[in-house]
Amino acid sequence: MAWTRDQMAARAARELEDGFYVNLGIGIPTLVSNFIPEGMSVQLQSENGMLGMGPFPYEGEEDPDLINAGKQTITALPTTSYFSSADSFGMIRGGHINLSILGAMQVAQNGDLANWMIPGKMVKGMGGAMDLVAGVKRVVVVMEHVARNKDGSESPKLLRACDLPLTGTHVVDLVITDLGVFTIDKKGEGGMTLIELADGVSEDEIRTKTEAAFTVALA
Amino acid sequence: MKKVYSDATAALAGLLRDDMTVMCGGFGLCGIPDELIDAVRESGVKGLTVISNNAGIDGVGLGKLLDTRQVAKMISSYVGENKEFARQFLAGELEIEFNPQGTLAERIRAGGAGIPAFFTRTGVGTKVAEGKEVRAFDGEDFVMERGLFADLALVHAYRGDTEGNLAYRLTARNFNPMMATAAKMTVAQVEHLVEPGEIDPENIHTPGIFVKRIVHVPIREKRIEQRTTRKRAEAAQAAAGGGAV
Repeated sequence: MAWTRDQMAARAARELEDGFYVNLGIGIPTLVSNFIPEGMSVQLQSENGMLGMGPFPYEGEEDPDLINAGKQTITALPTTSYFSSADSFGMIRGGHINLSILGAMQVAQNGDLANWMIPGKMVKGMGGAMDLVAGVKRVVVVMEHVARNKDGSESPKLLRACDLPLTGTHVVDLVITDLGVFTIDKKGEGGMTLIELADGVSEDEIRTKTEAAFTVALA
Repeated sequence: MKKVYSDATAALAGLLRDDMTVMCGGFGLCGIPDELIDAVRESGVKGLTVISNNAGIDGVGLGKLLDTRQVAKMISSYVGENKEFARQFLAGELEIEFNPQGTLAERIRAGGAGIPAFFTRTGVGTKVAEGKEVRAFDGEDFVMERGLFADLALVHAYRGDTEGNLAYRLTARNFNPMMATAAKMTVAQVEHLVEPGEIDPENIHTPGIFVKRIVHVPIREKRIEQRTTRKRAEAAQAAAGGGAV
């Protein structure tokens, strides 16, 4: 049994540490906020200009002036601060955010990441993704292990080299998929290492669904 | 010098011409100068280059200027919420220059602060760096990005005084403060217009020097792009941040 979206988010939450400032991307990464351990202080950054993001508002209490980077209505906390987009990305680019958790279309064994455009399709833009992966100290990708194509076939997403336009080069530290967890030595020569298997997933299954070269060092 | 104008059309009188570059504050539909955008639409000015993080949604915000084909080029980081935008782009009727969001914010900040260019790690080794100077500092590569300065900046603030001092509210601040500094002429739309001294000087986000014209647009219905809520019963289990949709 591969991991569910919630199990992937729970695994990603194990990367959190007390006192961390964290930016969560859209999709599964957003779910990570549901798994912050009791008693751990983690401040969530929203790149449109807020630190200390609270939960969704109660029905009827939505404020159009208070949204997250996904344009969803949210709430403030006693720890909240607001700032401009320039200050927000100064925080990100300046290396002050401890951890960025985001989705991906492809990740290469050297830590290259592609998650913003598919040639020939309407491009929506990279938003803050390029700034986040270039500026945040530690980058964790949470994604499905393979892409499911329209004809029902599957394509690997963990590759020797990305063939989609890149979001960043040598930027990914850790990849959590529905099948397992990989570390990447993004600045060195250590490559990619499989360190955990999802419940009931075999090393063989991962090998058949992974194009990237990787070593195995299961705990 | 009187900065206060009676309405958005009066506030833009004499400032609009074809093919000009206009900055427009806001993130999604949050903190957009919607009344000023309406006045630009009514003026019929065309061939605009618009610098804005997003492009509105169909029929709302900058979407209104796309519907009337007044925009020739957008400089943005994300434009995913607009079908008419996609149609015009795919038909080759509209040019788009994508900037990483932080690079866009910093280009505007730099432009307003008299900085012609800066180096950033963002985008190195990607399409964004193509054709741009890349220089190594302390053994790491950085790409050169240029400051942005527009003919006109349209911004939205929560409160403004008659001297043009502005204060923003919550996340409606976003790109507005930098844009206010980065144009030959800045026009602000404010929800509350007050006398000087009524905004605590320590809580002014944009000093009045940057704002040449100001127009009072009392609060109307503000649009929400993604209305997300939680039920009261879930309160106990909702952790800090997102919560379940």
